[in-house]
This record gives sequence, structure tokens and C-alpha cells, in this order.
Amino acid sequence: MPGAATNGKAVDGRPSELVRFATAGSVDDGKSTLIGRLLYDTKQIFDDQLEHVEQASMARGDSYVDLALLTDGLRAEREQGITIDVAYRYFHTRKRKFIIADTPGHEQYTRNMVTGASTAEIALILVDARKGVVEQSRRHAVIASLLRIPHVVVCINKMDLVDWDEEVYDRIAEEFGGWASKLDVTDITFIPISALHGDNVVDRSEHMPWYEGSSLLYYLEHVHVAADRNLIDARFPVQWVVRPMADDHHDYRGYAGQVASGVIKVGDEVTVQPSGVTTTVSAIETFDGPLEEAYPPLSVTVRLEDDVDVSRGDIICRAHNHPTPTRELEAMVCWLSERPLQAAGRYRIKHTTRTSLAKVDELRYRMDVNALHRDEAADSLALNEIGRLRLRLSAPLLVDEYRRNRATGSFILIDESTNDTVGAGMILDTDGH
Amino acid sequence: MSYEVPHLRALESEAIHVMREVVSELERAVLLFSGGKDSAVLLHLAGKAFWPAKFPFPVMHVDTGHNFPEAIDYRDRMIETLGAKLVVASVQESIDTGRVVEETGPRASRNRLQSVTLLDAIEEHGFKAAFGGARRDEERARAKERVFSFRDDFGHWDPKNQRPELWNLYNGRIKPGEHVRVFPLSNWTELDVWQYVREEGIALPSIYFAHRREVFERDGMLYATSPHVELLPDERPFEESVRFRTVGDMSCTGAVRSTAATLDEVVSEIAATRITERGETRADDRITEAAMEDRKKEGYF
Repeated sequence: MPGAATNGKAVDGRPSELVRFATAGSVDDGKSTLIGRLLYDTKQIFDDQLEHVEQASMARGDSYVDLALLTDGLRAEREQGITIDVAYRYFHTRKRKFIIADTPGHEQYTRNMVTGASTAEIALILVDARKGVVEQSRRHAVIASLLRIPHVVVCINKMDLVDWDEEVYDRIAEEFGGWASKLDVTDITFIPISALHGDNVVDRSEHMPWYEGSSLLYYLEHVHVAADRNLIDARFPVQWVVRPMADDHHDYRGYAGQVASGVIKVGDEVTVQPSGVTTTVSAIETFDGPLEEAYPPLSVTVRLEDDVDVSRGDIICRAHNHPTPTRELEAMVCWLSERPLQAAGRYRIKHTTRTSLAKVDELRYRMDVNALHRDEAADSLALNEIGRLRLRLSAPLLVDEYRRNRATGSFILIDESTNDTVGAGMILDTDGH
Repeated sequence: MSYEVPHLRALESEAIHVMREVVSELERAVLLFSGGKDSAVLLHLAGKAFWPAKFPFPVMHVDTGHNFPEAIDYRDRMIETLGAKLVVASVQESIDTGRVVEETGPRASRNRLQSVTLLDAIEEHGFKAAFGGARRDEERARAKERVFSFRDDFGHWDPKNQRPELWNLYNGRIKPGEHVRVFPLSNWTELDVWQYVREEGIALPSIYFAHRREVFERDGMLYATSPHVELLPDERPFEESVRFRTVGDMSCTGAVRSTAATLDEVVSEIAATRITERGETRADDRITEAAMEDRKKEGYF
């Protein structure tokens, strides 16, 4: 085959890592301008796309080329000049390939931000240097913290409009940092930028010699994301049992899935939950040949030494480090549906590859994401609201705390009458109390 | 050990995860195969996802009757190699039975008619999930589409009422008559696809590589001359070294001038291009501002 052996290397021969980041903000913050600039300056906007945006801006009577039109793909969005949904954009540099989940920033779109944040490794939050830290910036930080996005980068934008003033930057960074210290944000970086003029976006700005940090693109290319994966707790949710039913694979049984966390090695002593049966990993297989070990996010097929009963929804893990089987969950839940959460309502719950039924036992409180205030008198959650729930399950799930394990600590709730996805949950603790 | 995963491996693992979720949660899946590079990658991934078993679903080609002969040859070769089951849904048959009316004139295309043929076939075979090779980087409306894209019992897509997708938890629950379109390559770009094709040594139809061909120019694009396209009075065929960036109906798929005859040359060309693949080669997206969105709502791929 022509050119077949490049071993997953990028064009220039270096490995190219996949990095997902979520942006939140409104057009006023310059978010679209910033994304437009990142795409444009890394040469990811094509000529026909730019021409199209120019024509569309002109047709609408805009006085400037509105780069938001690049991401606002639906007719209704273009007509109303709003973003109503998560838009995914892609760009790459020589080091990394980026997936941007671009979400609208207003309160009524918390659902979209939570969706974009669920897979993100970096949260990019924009603050207007003239306005400072506003309610919206605080809400974005809270959501980044709740969804456990490992890295938060705060771009203090429109520095050109405050005369590139170091004091403005310091004041905002200090205020934001103070607020963020109340949250679960471990890595936070501040960058003064001008998205419009490109200062500190791709290249270091000449206007702000007092700033000694890196440009946004340099940050995105170098922030260490590989270590964010949980490589400690081996968790392999079984997705599909491979049984070829063919003569040359007569007795073959393999367990296909995607490694959720940890490292699984051939020869490891493992247990299969919930049965608790102990056995040994005899092989890790892929179409491309056997592997000695597997880690996230690889999709592989695990084979076991002994002929044990394993089915979809089971989790293969280490004997002394396993998820907690539980029929009760404490979780933060973001409500995603226009039909509010029903007190004592019943929902289908999907967690890893296992599905069960969940009954709402108690809404402990609704969280005011702007003030971090807890409303304990609340008896329902409406669309875009976040609250702490206690759920009772019809059959046990095998869970970890979300803050330790995003893959085995998250779930979705499905309304059985409409089949809609109505809730996004993050498990708080695993002993049911 | 750093346990680094190159981006193509990460995209591959995500796509395989999606395919396995579909067959676990939905009955009767089908893989939509056009003979294009994206569906070739999809087929390759299906082979990997269930290996060493065969993938547990048939392959369906919606045949407009206006195919590039090279694409049909390629389709038949792939199906034979894989030992897969092929279902052909014929647009000609939809025309013959009066389900759709054929457009006429030099600009006639069967592109839009395909949606009816596709939805009829999904209903006839009772397919609950149909894998497609669409990518979010292709087109504005597709950038907003979910990996599991829900269709009502008219086969329609409602972009304003999509199920949120969080983490890698997909919701495949549907009612009778409804189905899900599933796009495992959602997060791939055109360059990712070409790099993957090169790395994996995936065979493609010959028209993706530069060859000499009789073409004519229309609206700034080059089209292959064929019995399916009527020339306008001022259009003159000429020979040119071309290749195709997408494979669709002959009546609406344009060629690009190119001398890229090998995978390496094609990847270099794609890495340097300044025009999107659909912008450069697809007349079907040029009709209106929201041409793709409108067709997708009706049930298009």
C-alpha cells in the first residue's frame, strides 16, 4: 500500500495530540472574534468560507465582517444573529489538533455550556477588560469547576481599549482569582489580549512588555493535558461481547470497550464487577495486532484467562481498586429539558455502558451559579438550573466520584416518555450518604 | 511511560466506541456507503470495531444511477473482499414507481431525490440506525449536528430540538417508526481522513487521484462529461488532468485540476488548499445559503 507506515505521526513526523477546549462568552466579549482570529491566523479559514462570511455580513448590513457567521450554521441563528447551539470547530497546528466546543454564554444556555464542557480539557473564559469580572464570567468559572475542566485560561480581552494598562489586568486577575479560589479550579492562567488586533493571541504582544507569560496559542499548544487522564484506577466498562461464530475463531470470547481510566496490562489480576469474580487478563487485542497494555481513550478488546460470565455494563478493574456498587447516588445535576425535573420523578439513567432506572428521592438544593448560594427550599429544577439530587436506583451502578473519575463519575438522565436526554449528572460521593 | 495517544488513534477509538454503542443499543443498523473516502474510512473502522467477528450490519448504497463507474467498481470490490451484505436502494426505481419525479434539463440532478429513496429503504428494511460518513467540518449545518442524530417518523431532522450529548454517553432510545443517523466521523477533518487513509493504507476509487479526463466548465467548476449531463450550448468539453475531492452524483460533483497521483501528493495538496471540499466541488451546496440544512431536514444524508 502506498505510504502506509507513518505510525500515527503528523505530516511533519511529530505526534499530534488531540486537545478539546470549550469557549464561553457572548459576541460582546469578542469570543467569535477570538475564535475567528485563532482559525484565521492558523490558516484554518478557507477562502470560500471567508468570502461567504463577507457576503453574508454585507447582505445583513453589518459594518464589519462578522466572524460569528462562521460558526452560526443554522438559518435561524443567522437570521436572529444569535448562537443557539454548541458549534464544533476544528483547527490544528504542527503540535496539536484542537476541537473547540463553542458555546453561547448567556444564562439560558447553561445547558450548552455544560455539554461543551463535559469533554473539555481546557476552559477558555473571556473577560472584557473595560467591564471586569461580571456575573457571566463567574458563572463560567463555576461551570468549569463543576465539570472538572482541568485547566482554565482567562483571556482578559480588549486590552487595546484600556490603553494596555497593566493595572487593569492585575485588578481583574486578582478579582477573578479570588473568586476562583472558592471553587475547585486547580490550574488557572490569565492572558491579556486584544482579539481584534491579535495581541497575545498567536504572537506575543509588543504593546504589553510588562506581561511575561505566553500567547494564547502557545499556551494551548503546551499546556500539559496528557497527565489529566486518570491513569491510576483501571476501569474497563464492557461494551460488546465479541463472539465471531466462525470456524477459525470457534471458542473466541473477547470483551470490547474503551478504557475509561487507568492502565490495563496483559497478566494483570483483575476482577469483573459486579460479580466480583477474579481472573487474569490473557490478551489485549485490536485489529492491528495485540497490545501489552491499554489506557484511555483506546478502544480495545480484552480477553480473560478464565471462562467467566461477563456482559455489557460490567466493569473490569483491579482486585483492590474497584468502583463502588450502589443503589443510591448523590449528584450535582444540570437540567437540560424544558420539562422541569419532577419531584419523585422516575428517569432512565445511563452510566458508562450500563442503564438502570432512577427515582428522585430528594432535591437537596438548587444552586445559584451566580452567587454560589444554595436554595434549599427549591422543589424543582427548570431548564438550565443545577441542583444536588439524591437518586434511588432500581439496580446497582458501579460508580466513582466525578472529581476522581470523569468517565465513571458521570451519567445522563433520560425521560422515558419522550426519550429526551433531560439531565447531566456528576456523582459526589459513593457511599450513598 | 507517557501513554500519549496520537490524534488519529484518539479519533479512531472514539469512532469505534460510537459504532459499538449503536449495535449494543439499537436493533438493525446499516452502514451507508457511497464509495467516497469518508464511507471507505467508515467501512474500515467497522471492520476494526468488531474484529475478529464480521461487523453485524449490512452496507447500503443509495444508487442514483448517475455514479462514476470507478465508484461502482470500487464498491463491488470492497463488498466482495469484506464478505459483507450489500443492499442497493435505487433512485431509478423510485422514479419508475412514481415515488419521485425526475428533474429535466441541463442542470437536472438526482441529488435531492436520493432522500426519498433512502427513507423508503430505511422503512422497508426496518433499519433503526444508519451510519453515515458526514463530518462537522464539511458544512455549516453539519457543524451543529449530533453524533447520534435523531429522526422522527417522517425521517426529518429538527436542528432546534436535538438531544444534548455529554461525555461519551449516547442516547439511542427511539420509538417505533423513528430512527437515528449516526456519524462516527463527526470530529474528523478532511485532512484527518486523508492522513488516516494514508496511514492505514485504505484503498480508494481511482478518481481521487489525478488522471486525464474529458471535462467541461460550468459556473467556475469542472464536471466530467457523461451521458447523465446535458451540455449547455456554449459548453465545450476538453481534456484535463484532474482529480475529485468528493465522490457524489456525476451531475453535481466537480473535479479539481491536479497532478496529485499518489496518497502523499494528495495529502500535501489537501494540507495546502485554501478552499473547502464542498465549496470547491459540490454544486448541490451552492443552490441557497442553507441548501444543506434544508436537505438534511428532509432526510438527506
